[in-house]
Amino acid sequence: MSQDLSVVGRPGPRVEGIAKVTGQFTFVDDLAVPGMLTAKILRSTAAHARIRSLDTSRALTHPGVKAVITGKDLPTCYGIMPTGEDEHALAQEKARYVGDAVAAVAAVDEETADEALKLIGIEYEPLPIHMDVASALLGPGEPIHETRRAANVHKAVALEFGDVDAGFAAADYTREDLFFYEGSTHLPLEEHGALAVPEGPDRVTLHSSTQNPHYVHRAVAKVLGLPEGHVRLVAVPVGGGFGGKCDPFPHEIVACKLALITGRPVKITLTREEVFYAHRGRHPVLMWLRGGYRRDGSMTALHFKTMLDGGAHASYGPAAIYYTGALQTVTYRIPAYRFQGLRVFTNKPPCGPKRGHATPQPRFALEVHLDKVAHDLNMDPAKLRLQNLSRPFTMTVNHLRITSNGLRECLETVLRASNYAAKRGRLPYGRGVGLAVSSYMSGAGLPIYWNDMDHSQVFVKADRGGGVTVYTGATEIGQGAHTVHAAIVAEVLGLQTGDITLVTADTAAAPVDLGSYSSRVTFMSGNAALAAARRLRAMIAEASAERLEAAPEELEFREGRVYARSRPDHGLTFREACGLAEARHGNVLASGSYRPPQLGGPYKGSGVGPSPAYSFSAAVIELRVDSETGQIHVERVWLAHDIGKAINPVLARGQVEGSVYMGLGEALMEESAYRKQLLKAPSMLDYKSPTMMEMPDVETFLIESTDPEGPFGAKEVGQGPLLPIAPALANAVYDAVGVRVDEVPITPAKLVKALQSLAAGKGGRVGPERLPGFSYPEPTRVEPPPESYGHPAAADGTDGGVAAHAGQ
Amino acid sequence: MKQLVRLRVNGDPRELYLAPNKTLLEALREDLWLTGTKHGCELGECGACTVLLDGRPALSCLTLAVELDGREVTTVEGLGTPTSLHPLQEAFVELGAAQCGYCTSGMLMSAKALLDSNPAPGRDAVRNALAGNLCRCTGYQSILDAVELAATRMAVAGSPAEVPA
Repeated sequence: MSQDLSVVGRPGPRVEGIAKVTGQFTFVDDLAVPGMLTAKILRSTAAHARIRSLDTSRALTHPGVKAVITGKDLPTCYGIMPTGEDEHALAQEKARYVGDAVAAVAAVDEETADEALKLIGIEYEPLPIHMDVASALLGPGEPIHETRRAANVHKAVALEFGDVDAGFAAADYTREDLFFYEGSTHLPLEEHGALAVPEGPDRVTLHSSTQNPHYVHRAVAKVLGLPEGHVRLVAVPVGGGFGGKCDPFPHEIVACKLALITGRPVKITLTREEVFYAHRGRHPVLMWLRGGYRRDGSMTALHFKTMLDGGAHASYGPAAIYYTGALQTVTYRIPAYRFQGLRVFTNKPPCGPKRGHATPQPRFALEVHLDKVAHDLNMDPAKLRLQNLSRPFTMTVNHLRITSNGLRECLETVLRASNYAAKRGRLPYGRGVGLAVSSYMSGAGLPIYWNDMDHSQVFVKADRGGGVTVYTGATEIGQGAHTVHAAIVAEVLGLQTGDITLVTADTAAAPVDLGSYSSRVTFMSGNAALAAARRLRAMIAEASAERLEAAPEELEFREGRVYARSRPDHGLTFREACGLAEARHGNVLASGSYRPPQLGGPYKGSGVGPSPAYSFSAAVIELRVDSETGQIHVERVWLAHDIGKAINPVLARGQVEGSVYMGLGEALMEESAYRKQLLKAPSMLDYKSPTMMEMPDVETFLIESTDPEGPFGAKEVGQGPLLPIAPALANAVYDAVGVRVDEVPITPAKLVKALQSLAAGKGGRVGPERLPGFSYPEPTRVEPPPESYGHPAAADGTDGGVAAHAGQ
Repeated sequence: MKQLVRLRVNGDPRELYLAPNKTLLEALREDLWLTGTKHGCELGECGACTVLLDGRPALSCLTLAVELDGREVTTVEGLGTPTSLHPLQEAFVELGAAQCGYCTSGMLMSAKALLDSNPAPGRDAVRNALAGNLCRCTGYQSILDAVELAATRMAVAGSPAEVPA
């Protein structure tokens, strides 16, 4: 089939590539409109405090100030998840973290707005501050959210699939481990920004650097008390998102409110420091797990406990807590599985979804645990994994439906390319290799708020001039949403990506797409685009058939022409065919939509984890450890990723390399750490991230398992390849110097401490010693589904027609 | 008190009245509408605002515009145009070295400065020259590859072998 494709699967430039290298591509802060005001937000300097008084009178009379608002002006609560609407655009009676938005000013320019902020008088009454899980659980004094039960517990969940006790009883060997994965932040190069333009007294257009215009649209309308039809949301392509621009933010709502009050456009751009406090980054997670194994390495049972430090709000937390337990079963056949999760509130900026959304932490724990198990059983870690690998077209114990599955090919590919077998345990002291595998979703199977509507809709229009326009709500965040839509539609219509015009992410001009989160755009909006393009093609074919004296289904669309397969020399130009279509149908407009199949098991919490298809990754890392300084030098990364089908291999490889980079940052240095209640490193200089000097060469392999439900077989690539990086690195450190740092990031200080512990005969481990005391609820027992769900491709026992392509 | 500044921007003479605390970044973006130059921190930490000052890379967020009287400023808009791309721009597009595109302008200007002074840099020299430009999307690999590809193409284009016999 792939030989027939002329656009999909071929390397090509992104459609907005030239605009991006010539400075013509516009981000939200590049926008300006006549009469525009600048807004600034006053943020709390207290981590947990009642606001005793708030005096805006001096700010309001400051020359050049046009409006000042406080919590009283925006009393309606909101939150990304219906079960977690615990936020206000401006603090109501109290501030819950340093950086919490308290008041906002609109003024003629930035300088005046900054001056006005200093004129706002505020008095705080301090409340007890909780900066970690243990402190929050002890919880003396007022809880962070009054509506919650004591001890700052946001949510605690417990599930059990199959008979876990029987699984452990059947094991020849069990092992328990504890891990900690520190929080980190997205650090997009572009600071968040918003431009609100009033359209009369009760309408507003918001241009925002958001990944999720649909959810922001709902939240903004709700808080402003306007019908959703009175709010137009335009998602301006973002300069880096990584999950950090997924929540509705105070600055977006504040800009709209100030625009409506002043009757003038209002722009707000966060400072870099504010971006650090806006956060919604990786949750710090404490983890305990116990695995049971037979002598041959096959797993009999897994018990997994997590504790998430959520920060001050729910945000995506209700999903995040389940994500720390959901996807362990997608890579390995786990016959019995118990998961217990806890998320607590702390007085820190809220955590949320960062690339991999609460799955890199448990993946780190599981993959390092397996490495230890292999060592204990005197088995090759690769063999242990091969022994337990999940299979294509099967159900997991927690009711997740796996379709295509190229994990075996991924694993075998990186083992071969890295020469892992010859290197593991055989390199000189100080050098090592480590292995890990993972899986991620191609879009969440369920929307954030329960509904029966489409997840993606796309319109495709052709006009008499031969022009084709794609209307999609999908947002471009650098991942290539524009290019993927253009490629899919161009492929169907026999055009090139450059022939396609895109109108995107504007609630007034394009139909709905739920957003650029959970790696859903290529799979879901791509499927909608494919459906729309095929319908449009059918309309054009029907109108052209008579002229070409052929049946519509006999017509080929290729290289800008429409012709009968039997008479390729006799045809119409695409433009002529569009003219015939317009004459016949009037509007040549087709729509397509996508809604995932019914997925998820019969239990509460089953909405988190299901996806129409899973991607798979395997990584080997080779590194050098300086045992004097504890410095780690990563020398090379081999990463194989089952993408189903690469719509554009150049862009796909870029996603792999970017994921590897971000994973290395988390594994080696990035941490959202606090000094008392202040972020330790709220600047790009202090928050260490890898530069070009630290970044090793990455060898990428795209494995194509051709998913039966993905557009042209495609699955996700934007997040999955991050997941195996931290554990592969930790395992390589062990191979190099024989110590276990069961914490991320693996800093030189921790590594030196572990080496000292080893030298002193104390085991050579650094990591958490125990979980804070907490009684998880009794698990809900859920009967596992049969492993087979009767897909015909599963019957032959093979892994399907998987093709591997080297990354060079 | 605003001051008069005369400078040359992308070859054009420009006159501006600017407050002494206005940075070159702000003058470019807000007074000259050259929004191709981006800001990621305004503290000299990310490199996104890199421009060329008399041919040498400079962080426009740390440069006061009033001090630039008589100087030559080159921004990404002066590097090439959509119909006549600089080899660096061409290579960045071809190899996917711009993902979100936000660091791209600064990256291109740092790379231009490098190739102007060292037309055949090794991979380490490229890493060194671009270490002050952060990118969160690409993992840097495609950027490194693109700078090398541009250098190779520029060397071929400029070499005597290209001159017809």
